[in-house]
Amino acid sequence: MVKRSFFTSKFLPYFLILPQVLVTVTFFYWPALQGLAQSVMRSDPFGQRNTFIWLENFIALFKDPLYLKSVGTTLIFSICVAAVSISMGLFIATMANRALKAKALIRTMLIWPYAVAPAISGILWLFLLHPSYGVVAIAIKRWFGIDWNPVLDGKDAMFMVVMASAWKEISYNFVFFIAGMQAIPGSLIEAAAMDGASPFRRFWKITLPLLSPTLFFLTVMNIIYSFFETFGVIHMMTQGGPGGATNILVYKVYQDGFIGLNLGSSAAQSIVLMSLIIVITVFQFKYVERKVQYAG
Amino acid sequence: MVGVVVGVALISFAGQALAGPTTINWWHSMKGARGEVAATMIKAFNDSQSDYVVVGAYKGNYDEAINAGVAAYRAKKQPHIIQAFEVGTGTMMLSGAVYPVHKLMKEAGYNIDWSRYLQPVLSYYMDANGDLMSMPFNSSTPVMYYNVDLFKKAGIPAPLSKTEPITWDELGEITAKLVKSGVPGGMVTGWQSWTQVENFSAIHNIPFATRANGYEGLDCELVINNPKVVHHIAQLKTWADDKRFVYAGQKFQGPKAEFIAQNAGVYIDSISAIAKLQKAVNDFTWDAAPLPVESWMKEPQNSIIGGASLWVFKGHSKKEYKGVAAFLKHLSNPDMQIYWHKETGYFPITLDAYNILKKQGYYEENPLKEVGIMQLTRRDPTKISRGLRLGYFIQIRNIINEELELVWNGTKTPQAGLDDAVKRSNMKLREFEKVYK
Repeated sequence: MVKRSFFTSKFLPYFLILPQVLVTVTFFYWPALQGLAQSVMRSDPFGQRNTFIWLENFIALFKDPLYLKSVGTTLIFSICVAAVSISMGLFIATMANRALKAKALIRTMLIWPYAVAPAISGILWLFLLHPSYGVVAIAIKRWFGIDWNPVLDGKDAMFMVVMASAWKEISYNFVFFIAGMQAIPGSLIEAAAMDGASPFRRFWKITLPLLSPTLFFLTVMNIIYSFFETFGVIHMMTQGGPGGATNILVYKVYQDGFIGLNLGSSAAQSIVLMSLIIVITVFQFKYVERKVQYAG
Repeated sequence: MVGVVVGVALISFAGQALAGPTTINWWHSMKGARGEVAATMIKAFNDSQSDYVVVGAYKGNYDEAINAGVAAYRAKKQPHIIQAFEVGTGTMMLSGAVYPVHKLMKEAGYNIDWSRYLQPVLSYYMDANGDLMSMPFNSSTPVMYYNVDLFKKAGIPAPLSKTEPITWDELGEITAKLVKSGVPGGMVTGWQSWTQVENFSAIHNIPFATRANGYEGLDCELVINNPKVVHHIAQLKTWADDKRFVYAGQKFQGPKAEFIAQNAGVYIDSISAIAKLQKAVNDFTWDAAPLPVESWMKEPQNSIIGGASLWVFKGHSKKEYKGVAAFLKHLSNPDMQIYWHKETGYFPITLDAYNILKKQGYYEENPLKEVGIMQLTRRDPTKISRGLRLGYFIQIRNIINEELELVWNGTKTPQAGLDDAVKRSNMKLREFEKVYK
């Protein structure tokens, strides 16, 4: 018997995707267009005076050495966060995958930090690393005599926010890596082992290449995470300080727009941020993905 | 059918009942203990009459509340009253969205003698003509706290005078002795831009910006790179190098923690820290004194305030504004101000409230609470010490904070840091000027 359940109406498919389209338009395109409009305007916070000023907001931005510095800070920050969280996630996943006992328990415990909101993660790490009341900070100062002061030293502060941001993301990466590893057929690894490949070689030549789609996906996700979601960490830990050393782009958007009520400049910054993310993602798909093996 | 009719009748009846007293919405940033005090003051007003009901709503911290106000105004759903912090004064005043308080009170039939208010508080919220734009609500000023036990251990005479400020040179000697006696740090300060630049300038009658600190025109420029402020920052930097000054963050949490942990003997912060210290400190005695003054300044000016004021939004009915005026009047009644001051530590804003407290002997029992008031009122404010009126002031404060941090960590010299702060702030001021041209 042939199954013949299709619909004749031309409009039905459109009708069915309508809810999703409405949600996307309302919550994504509409605000994005508003941001675009705002970015070419000079206006007061209460919206009483609006002047169209072409690209003046953008020109002012790129003339501002501090904005360019913030772009650099963001790149360093996100590369560090992605590198730390991906390598740690991969390392832990490899270890956990080899565990013989209590596998489920270990996995569950390792996934927990992902449930922590970035702002909370920031506070937790602050309780460890703040020079005035951080337990670890006081300990390393007293026992090792290390001059640790993220309140004053930009590099210390950067280290601190990278740790707090990466820590949480390690769990996320861990989940994907361990899922990816479990999808690798055991026979492949066993065959290699029988041929005399060392565990490191097996990892390097078999596991990693087969994990490359995961690795690629996680790189994109981690960069996007470190561009946007780390806001809470920065807000709780350094507020972009000291001296602007951790002032990443998304925090600057907030500072200029929400705190400073300079809406034009803030909107222009959001547009730049959006373009930057689009460029990074396109670049990754175009060039990095080519080297990725999607083994079937 | 009957049910529907009864239902409709009930609803319309309820509607009529609700239409009785006029609702006045007040959005504020007072939470915790302060929020409860504000709620009590609202209740006292609602119980005292039946024409109006004030509804207070906590809208987050100062930044969040002002943003809520902006969004509401754009959507034409603005509350009647909004509490906005002092650095937002310039923005609110020029917004074109507010009903000036002096006008509101006059038009609602209240003839208020503004000279019966604490002038250094009022002057922060006046326009260039001396007309009051918003009603001061919570006002504080910075003072200097010190650890009496550590002072005694280091052989420093304590207590210090509560009215006569010590000099910065003396503080240099005091902090040197503290460090020598084994205290890890001499002094810490909260809100460095407010205490070390804004208040330092006001107390020494040094302009912070041209055009009378911005009161007289949007074309003002910052002038904090003057020799006196540079000298002060340079001095703090030399203190930072030998631990007499320890930088512990932009806000109050870090510095307060250092003071409570006795890692620093002197702590400069708002008078609102009194309550926090009373709660947190139990293993040493501490006291408060006015902010230090440079030895060349024989007649130190008033310090300036921090805190917030109440702004009235445009776009409501006459009847509602009558209620708003009645409520603002209620808030400044002596009994309300006395209650507010006793509970929160913020200044009583009227002289009547202050005099009653004095007469009751409140300050003999609570001498700490008078240090700020005495410092704030020791002289009539000049055009320079009355306050600051700058556009994008929040960002300017951020800039000053950033540049000071770069001075403390040795990236920039004090002169270069303050020069850059001026240059960057002036760019912000020019942007702001363009918006309102």
